[in-house]
Amino acid sequence: MTALLSLSGVTAFYGAIQALRGIDLTVEKGEIVTLIGANGAGKSTLMMTICGNPRARSGLILHDGEDITHWPTHRIMRRGIAQAPEGRRIFSRMTVHENLLMGAEVAGRGDIEALLDQVFTLFPRLKERIGQRGGTLSGGEQQMLAIGRALMSRPALLLLDEPSLGLAPLVVRQIFGAIRDLNRQTGLTVLLVEQNAYQALRLAHRGYVLVNGAITMAGTGAELLARPEIRAAYLEGGHG
Amino acid sequence: MSGLRDAFLSALVALGLFVPLVGLVTTPSDHGLHLVVRPVATAVVVGLVFVGRLAMLAWRGRTRRDAVKANRAFAERITRAGKYVTPVLLAAAVALPFTGSRYYIDLGTLVLTYIMLGWGLNIVVGLAGLLDLGYVAFYAVGAYSFAILAHTFGLGFWTCLPMAGLLAALWGIMLGFPVLRLRGDYLAIVTLAFGEIIRIVLINWVSLTNGPNGITDIPRPTLFGLAFSMDGGDGTVAGFLGIEPAVIQRIIFLYYVILGLALLTNWVTLRLRRMPLGRAWEALREDEVACRSLGINVTNTKLTAFAIGAFFGGFAGAFFATRQAFISPESFTFIESATVLAIVVLGGMGSQLGVALAAIIMIGGLEALRDFLSFLGDQMNNPVFAGIASELPLYRMLIFGLALVVMMVLRPRGLISGRTPSVAMTRPKEIAAELVAQGRG
Repeated sequence: MTALLSLSGVTAFYGAIQALRGIDLTVEKGEIVTLIGANGAGKSTLMMTICGNPRARSGLILHDGEDITHWPTHRIMRRGIAQAPEGRRIFSRMTVHENLLMGAEVAGRGDIEALLDQVFTLFPRLKERIGQRGGTLSGGEQQMLAIGRALMSRPALLLLDEPSLGLAPLVVRQIFGAIRDLNRQTGLTVLLVEQNAYQALRLAHRGYVLVNGAITMAGTGAELLARPEIRAAYLEGGHG
Repeated sequence: MSGLRDAFLSALVALGLFVPLVGLVTTPSDHGLHLVVRPVATAVVVGLVFVGRLAMLAWRGRTRRDAVKANRAFAERITRAGKYVTPVLLAAAVALPFTGSRYYIDLGTLVLTYIMLGWGLNIVVGLAGLLDLGYVAFYAVGAYSFAILAHTFGLGFWTCLPMAGLLAALWGIMLGFPVLRLRGDYLAIVTLAFGEIIRIVLINWVSLTNGPNGITDIPRPTLFGLAFSMDGGDGTVAGFLGIEPAVIQRIIFLYYVILGLALLTNWVTLRLRRMPLGRAWEALREDEVACRSLGINVTNTKLTAFAIGAFFGGFAGAFFATRQAFISPESFTFIESATVLAIVVLGGMGSQLGVALAAIIMIGGLEALRDFLSFLGDQMNNPVFAGIASELPLYRMLIFGLALVVMMVLRPRGLISGRTPSVAMTRPKEIAAELVAQGRG
């Protein structure tokens, strides 16, 4: 069985700076895989490289067995991959409804009402705020909107970049709970980039640790949580 | 009391400044220069400074909270009023030719041309957020396409109109390709250059465009094949209807043509805004990276915005050519681009009604101000006013500039700054744009 997503030897550069040094990573169908690491380790770059922006300098990115390494971003996103980018990046002057519709552009003329219902079941808060401008939502609601917008394209693989950034612990739990439910109920595959290592590793089936653009450790969530070096590097100072 | 003192001091400073600037005028006479004193003009200017300072202090005296509240109330009022303003404006536009005044119809035609240009540019700048300082290029391409096609192949206005639009759209795409990677200031500079390139090509390609002399004898539009000509023969509108031919008939017809074209632009824009393409434009204005991550082809989206904006610019250009019957590169200078952009910005980027109001104010208002100042000058036949009465209309640009500055201070995001959602909401919950900008919503 081919993996849903597999990277082998992927490198990426920002100008002369090498941001990724030969990444090997696989995501199987139905998994939640998390990528943890410190600031500047290359987590977001890896996420963006999968989406083709920046393109990988060398290496191979396969989606469902097909080589997408050199595809333009919009074609990659049309293959059933959706992304909730870092910093949420919702359309702040557009309403919640319009934001969600933008997510459905890719899915085309499908049953948009059903998709909206699915998002509203997952995040009832968004339904209350449907006519409100995106910029007027709270941070947590904006994150829900970013995830909801990504789900509107009916993806098989969801890429989440730091969904817990700047949110209160209660809201983080809510959002992680929603991701877990989605995965269990619909079999949605999730690749999750997180700094909040404890929460992420507890949620994920498997995890990778990224240091200076290279993967240094891999294993199941529980395995990684038990490793002393992980505890020392990422889990000190409480259970974030 | 301190306000009065402050205003008095301001007036004193103004007196010191304006006695030499306004109060003393040197005029050449037979025996060299001759000094003329203008006490009244000076007094008026100083008086204005005094009153203006007082008004400003009174305005500032209000607390911030009051100001925010007033601003929000104004935004709500204007949004509500919009529902009534639109039909009233439309009715007035349709009824204008019934005044029978050639002056008003000509002015109306001019204003409508700018409204149409404003709506066309609004697609590029207001919706897609691509700052275009060279919109006049498409206006010029449309005008010259029509003029050259008409002269070379003997085609009429209605045949050439879509071709002019398509050619302008083609130029829009040609401009679009190299500038796709640019944003903000850089995009503005390149589009500015593009506008100049088109004008300079028009001046220098003499064999095609007749250079600076321009193209004359551009055909007038016909009404279902009937011409508006003075002979009143069989193939003319007057002959067909059996009425006395008159110039005003053609003027009125031209007016309705531009009204129709402008309304077409508006209709297409309103339709597009509700469609995925229009929504993608607006999303692009908000966040390009997010658009990409949602699978939107940013390149195509930008190109369509350029092309459709240019298409309507080309329409307006063809209309301009047929109305003037003469075009030359002089009509397509940067100031045209600047005026249209000012209309879009003043109207509130993206608002159709705002653009129309801004065009009326900027083009019609300036004209009305000139009339008013001439009228005022005519009334002042007292010898005390000698010297300023006849010059009064010359001050119109000054007053107009001041009015624009004041307007942008009071409404920095344009006349109509709130964005109307493109999909109907199940539960309306409007929040004024001012509050969003301040992060209070």
